[in-house]
Amino acid sequence: MNQIQPYVRSLADKYGRERECLLPILQEIVATEHVLSQDAMVEVARELNLSAAEVYGTASFYSFLNTEPYGKYVIRVCKSIVAEMKGKKEIVDKLCDILKIKVGETTPNGKFTLLETNDIGWSDQEPSMLINEKPYTYLTPEKIVQIIAEYQANGKSNNHQQIN
Amino acid sequence: MKKQKINITIDGIKLAVDEQCSILDAAKKVNIHIPTLCHHEDLCVAGNCRICVVEVEGQRALSASCATPVAEGMVIKTNTAKVRKARKDVAALLVAEHNTQCTTCYRSMNCELQEIAAEYNVDNNTYISLVDPNYTIDRSSWSIEKDDSKCIRCQRCVRTCAELQHVNALTVANKGKEMKISTFLDLPLNEVVCTNCGQCINRCPTGALTERRFYDDLWDAIDDPKKHVVMNTAPSVRVALGEMLGFPVGTRVTGKMVTAMKKIGMDSVLDTDFAADLTIIEEGTELLGRLKKILVEGNKEIKLPMLTSCSPGWIKFIEHMYPNHLGHLSTCKSPQQMFGALAKTYYAEKMGIDPADVVSVAIMPCAAKKFEANRPEMNSSGYQDVDAGLTTRELGYMIRQAGVDFLHLEDSDYDSLMGESTGAGAIFGATGGVMEAALRTVYEVVTGREVPFDNLRIMPVRGTDGIKEASIKLENLLDEWKFLEGVEVKVAVAHGLKNARIIMDQVEAGTSPYHFIEVMACPGGCIGGGGQPIPTNEEIRKKRIEAIYAEDEGMPKRKSHENTEVQKLYKEWLGDVNGHKAHELLHTHYTKRNRY
Ligand code: SF4
Ligand code: SF4
Ligand code: SF4
Ligand code: FES
Repeated sequence: MNQIQPYVRSLADKYGRERECLLPILQEIVATEHVLSQDAMVEVARELNLSAAEVYGTASFYSFLNTEPYGKYVIRVCKSIVAEMKGKKEIVDKLCDILKIKVGETTPNGKFTLLETNDIGWSDQEPSMLINEKPYTYLTPEKIVQIIAEYQANGKSNNHQQIN
Repeated sequence: MKKQKINITIDGIKLAVDEQCSILDAAKKVNIHIPTLCHHEDLCVAGNCRICVVEVEGQRALSASCATPVAEGMVIKTNTAKVRKARKDVAALLVAEHNTQCTTCYRSMNCELQEIAAEYNVDNNTYISLVDPNYTIDRSSWSIEKDDSKCIRCQRCVRTCAELQHVNALTVANKGKEMKISTFLDLPLNEVVCTNCGQCINRCPTGALTERRFYDDLWDAIDDPKKHVVMNTAPSVRVALGEMLGFPVGTRVTGKMVTAMKKIGMDSVLDTDFAADLTIIEEGTELLGRLKKILVEGNKEIKLPMLTSCSPGWIKFIEHMYPNHLGHLSTCKSPQQMFGALAKTYYAEKMGIDPADVVSVAIMPCAAKKFEANRPEMNSSGYQDVDAGLTTRELGYMIRQAGVDFLHLEDSDYDSLMGESTGAGAIFGATGGVMEAALRTVYEVVTGREVPFDNLRIMPVRGTDGIKEASIKLENLLDEWKFLEGVEVKVAVAHGLKNARIIMDQVEAGTSPYHFIEVMACPGGCIGGGGQPIPTNEEIRKKRIEAIYAEDEGMPKRKSHENTEVQKLYKEWLGDVNGHKAHELLHTHYTKRNRY
């Protein structure tokens, strides 16, 4: 709480305190903190002279502005209709099977969070998913095993963590 | 500049309307009814429900009439097969995601969704039900009950809380089929910044937002022979209750209301207006005391402007939003709470009843009064001063349940003690009324003369402008008040919390030019309160206000200090105005609350 206050203030100084500055501020908080905590939302509300509910309402609209803490690697499987037709279900089942979690959950070691998301722009190459910012396409259950194994092994593969 | 008129045709009728007029409003002018749900006259256009669609010639898609402005030469059809089919479909889709429980719903027979569904006779089986079987109802607040399973996501509540009240306790969270009306983090309503004003309830078209109901507890108390049930009715209830029971808007039903309550079985039917008169004596004296301390004693601790304290929605608003300025609030309790404190002391003593057996119930135009009654500090009688605060709507229900033929009831008078009142107490129900009542008394106290306004009508503080101002010069004063000679007393009146914020921003900035400010949380004052009959709009509020002033002018006494029961109370029991006992029973303190 004590560190979040000057941090949010510095973001408001940087982006401004108008209503339209809300989104860039929230995005940067999530990029650095990986979560929009209750305290962070309250501070943003205070800086921008909004109600806390307004900040929460805005954040909850966007899948990428999470108000619950996520794991280090956030897996987002595309749930577009094309993905559905191309076998998304098998991909999700495989992920659940390997990670031992359900969609919406995070592994106990805090490493992976499994989510479904709206179209991520790879409908010609479904099924697809994102791990943090990196897209994976033409997925098969076999590929999934391999990709997850890489993340589990060195925690990295060629994925670049998002930094701002 | 002459306003340009736009020529249009609706269902074959030609008419000319103002630019920017919506198709919906244009249709109203020629008495064509178009159903609406997300639209509300008090709020900005949302255009999200699509029940109001019409056909515009030359356009393939149907237009939402509430959100479409007219254009020159537009030809509109409101009653075609396509329109009827679309509306029926929209209604059926809404019903599919709605927890349809009309037989048991509090809003049944007063519900816009029910009315439209009935009008189009929708088939409940057209679409599969999408109601979440695990829905829960938020009953955490003393005032507001929120049942998302009955919400049609029209967002009228969100717009009300934002546009009229500037509180923004409610928001739209998530998207698509997950979209819902939520508080911050979907916390229970009693944990968030909500003023309990109930304005959202008054604008909710369905039973998704309602007041917490306590009339069953009251029935229990009435049926208990040991209990002595004392009721008091707020000024604005008598000009609105009739709307629920077959009378046109603006009908005064004071006498019938009293008769009905006696028939229901209340042991004593008394008048909150009595406590309103008492409030004026205490609050007026407090104001003069503050002026004296500042002007004569040079006391820098004393805060001006003094702010009225009778609206509990307003109190919670200032506690949350301006916690460092609570010293401006009058310490007077609201009339409801003064009444309650006296009901279990003075009244019980005089009537020879054990205060433990007194059940004191207030009938209020208000949702926030329920929270106020349950504030922990409101127990100066040694008991909870007010056992329950019921809304006008709840009283309407009780009268119906009792099978009373309200339309044909004879009139009767309030009981005594604490049943006498003046016109000054009555006008508490309209915005500006507390100020007018205070000025009628304070001016006369310091000058010995009546306020210099025709027939005591202080017109500058009347009407529905959001913020009203007035000033009165104090001249030729009685000796005791000479220190005020020549002072021009500046007052302001604000209603609706949006306007309260404007007033408070001035106070916070130190630029407020006023000595005394009346604030009411609800638009129009209590006549537009969150517990009043639904619907509400500017026209309805104006009619209720007219009725309040008619009530005032029909009273034999119209100044609070002339209330003989109030005079007797001080003389025989309470002692000095603003004195020790008065402070103990009639004054209170406030709590700093979180802004977020
Ligand atoms: S909200 Fe309206 S439609 Fe829904 S159950 Fe209640 S009365 Fe019926
Ligand atoms: S009761 Fe008043 S403050 Fe609370 S949510 Fe409703 S409109 Fe907003
Ligand atoms: S709670 Fe009522 S006013 Fe608010 S969105 Fe739902 S139906 Fe509309
Ligand atoms: S009333 Fe017009 S879109 Fe809802």
